Amino acid sequence: MKRIGVFICHCGINIAGTVDVKRVAEEVAKLDSVVYAQDYIYMCSDPGQALVREKIRQEKLDGIIIAACSPSLHESTFRTAAEEAGLNPWQCEIANIREQCSWVHTDRKKATEKAIRIVSTMVEKTRLNESLEPIPVSITKKALVIGGGIAGIQAALDIADSGHKVILVEKESSIGGHMAQLSETFPTLDCSQCILTPKMVAAGKHRNIQLMTYSEVEEVSGYVGNFNVRIRRKAPFVDWSTCTGCGLCMEKCPAKVPSEFDRGLSTHGAIYIPFPQAVPNKPVIDRESCIYFKTGKCRLCEKTCEIGAIKFDQEDQIIEEEIGAIITATGYETLPVTELQEYGAGEVPDVIDGLAFERLLSASGPTSGEVRRPSDGRVPKEVVFVQCAGSRDPERYRPYCSKICCMYTTKHALLYKHRVHDGQPYIFYIDIRTGGKGYEEFYHNAEQDEGIIYLRGKVAKIFRDGDKTIVWGTDTLTGRNVEIQADLVVLATAVVPRESTAELVKKLRIQTGPNGFLSEAHPKLRPVESINSGFFIAGVAQGPRDIPETVAQASGAACKVISLFSRDHLEQDPAIAWVDEELCGGCRICISVCPYDAREYDEEKCIARVNEALCEGCGSCVAACACGATQQRNLSDSQIKSMVTASLGGE
Amino acid sequence: MFEPRIVCFLCTWCTSAGADLAGTSRLQYRPNGVNIKFMCSSRVDPEHVLWAFREGADGVLIGGCHPGDCHYQDGNYRTQARVSLLYRLLDDFGIDRARLRLEWISAAEGTKFAAVMNEFTEELRSLGPIKLAAREMAK
Repeated sequence: MKRIGVFICHCGINIAGTVDVKRVAEEVAKLDSVVYAQDYIYMCSDPGQALVREKIRQEKLDGIIIAACSPSLHESTFRTAAEEAGLNPWQCEIANIREQCSWVHTDRKKATEKAIRIVSTMVEKTRLNESLEPIPVSITKKALVIGGGIAGIQAALDIADSGHKVILVEKESSIGGHMAQLSETFPTLDCSQCILTPKMVAAGKHRNIQLMTYSEVEEVSGYVGNFNVRIRRKAPFVDWSTCTGCGLCMEKCPAKVPSEFDRGLSTHGAIYIPFPQAVPNKPVIDRESCIYFKTGKCRLCEKTCEIGAIKFDQEDQIIEEEIGAIITATGYETLPVTELQEYGAGEVPDVIDGLAFERLLSASGPTSGEVRRPSDGRVPKEVVFVQCAGSRDPERYRPYCSKICCMYTTKHALLYKHRVHDGQPYIFYIDIRTGGKGYEEFYHNAEQDEGIIYLRGKVAKIFRDGDKTIVWGTDTLTGRNVEIQADLVVLATAVVPRESTAELVKKLRIQTGPNGFLSEAHPKLRPVESINSGFFIAGVAQGPRDIPETVAQASGAACKVISLFSRDHLEQDPAIAWVDEELCGGCRICISVCPYDAREYDEEKCIARVNEALCEGCGSCVAACACGATQQRNLSDSQIKSMVTASLGGE
Repeated sequence: MFEPRIVCFLCTWCTSAGADLAGTSRLQYRPNGVNIKFMCSSRVDPEHVLWAFREGADGVLIGGCHPGDCHYQDGNYRTQARVSLLYRLLDDFGIDRARLRLEWISAAEGTKFAAVMNEFTEELRSLGPIKLAAREMAK
């Protein structure tokens, strides 16, 4: 019979506060096969792990159970500790008595009873666990980075610099993302373009980076180290290999399309490059707006292009790639002004959002950096900035803090003041949050020396009156209602995940949280990994953050990929399906249910086999097998039955 | 008060992660279920469910990823198909269908997990302890 040891963690008071850990130890010590049961204050600490190793040797344990937090946290920690003491890692199991017991119950007696049943269930599993060896699998040392903003660019550059190939996919025609739209960055007031464009060029030129702009990921299959990815290269209707980017076609195009890059503050033709510093600097034809595509007449661009790069018959291309690791850095959008009913719902022309104001401030923007309001092009003298427009509002909009708005609004007001010396900026705020290096100083300076009026309170209503935009708000510090007859209102709209992210995560099969941002494997200790192995995350797609944090996280994600690629092969969990050849009748139902083609028919023996390299261990074929010939390693039907019995308190 | 015993078969990627989230969010729910974690809900063999009832479970919960979100592509659809058939079998055994619940609970739905555990416990309380004909006869 097996010799099993059970180690029960107090987790300080996290477990011991609700569960009587001594009693758990006493009760499980009575179970068959359990030869040792002990509680300890912090099992994951160095002395805790030392205790585990010591007892494995001393008590000659051939199976252990750590009753502690969720296995997603420390399963690998304890399996490593077990291995160090000479125990096969698959003889170590975790009984989750924290997340699924002590934290969710308050009744001490009932929680203790439940903890005993949870541990007993795992004892039953461990009694029948086999020692297993990981299955080596090969690894394709090529990364895919989805999203060509600063996060994606940084991650791609870091991986490429380590000598590995990277495909950088961007759905727009140029990389650069939102950072390319910004004027100057807080708190140093570096020109955003000046620090970003060299990186864009470097990414475009790097011999290890393959840029795929105007492209989207269609489908991802496979697993860590061995993904198969299908990428759709949308037809730009321009042959980029011959186009020189001279721009003549764009000058001739008679169509007028609001520029997405300039937030609708300027227009471009149906054939366009989103902004002058674009990488690659090649135009695309927007099919929806092109006069030729709509009416069948025009083709002015084609006539203008001397080298004949315009190709109206171009079609989307599907490209298949083998990839080892995937970084998702799809960035963000801001809550559309049209959703904010009380702020004019986008009907008031001089109410714009922060990104539009960035374009007004930008030297390469529609006004060449002069602050002019959209309605009549006049220089606004009274400008109201509204923070938390849609953020920190769980009843109506988004419950979370968008994090960057306090800083960029202060920057906006300050840059406005630098351009319009006799202008008056007002900032409505709930709280000013300035966590970050040099941020508090930046705010302090703006508030003390720049003549910005800060009003603590929310804005109730914004509406148009003649050529003025009226702002009704409250100053909660004086307790008075405030009315400002503004020339321009800038809303710091909530940072929201891109709409396309929801679609993408389904293809990748990675998770998002309640607000639609990508979920990390652990909020503190594994912030750049997705819970699904081989997937990494970076930038605002994970949650609102500023540029330095985004860059640091992107480098972190890149480092994780490089560390994955530094291995010769990966190890796959061996807890997969296997076949008892004596029992298999060759009905092949397993082959029909396997999503990975891991089940194959042996014509000679008339049985179904398992391809170990392809099996992911889901267990679907095991449940489907009518005669019990297919079993799952360390989760056999007999193990499950004993576990069920134990979970009911044993009868 | 009658405390029903519930066996919960949870997939590791969605529902067990959702149960973990209920924990990290410190949501409080009834302690009547013990979770058994599988890689995928499609590992649940109808036999496991019948075994649970045989061994005295008053209710069985199967938790998987939402349709379209299965980590293993389509495992949860197989679970659904198997559960539909299993319901018919439960009728033959004289087990109320309400004692077997299939729920799609994602890794982000800690609140849903807690709500389902509370609801299910209440429902089983109103149904009372399970009575199996075979067991009654053995007595």
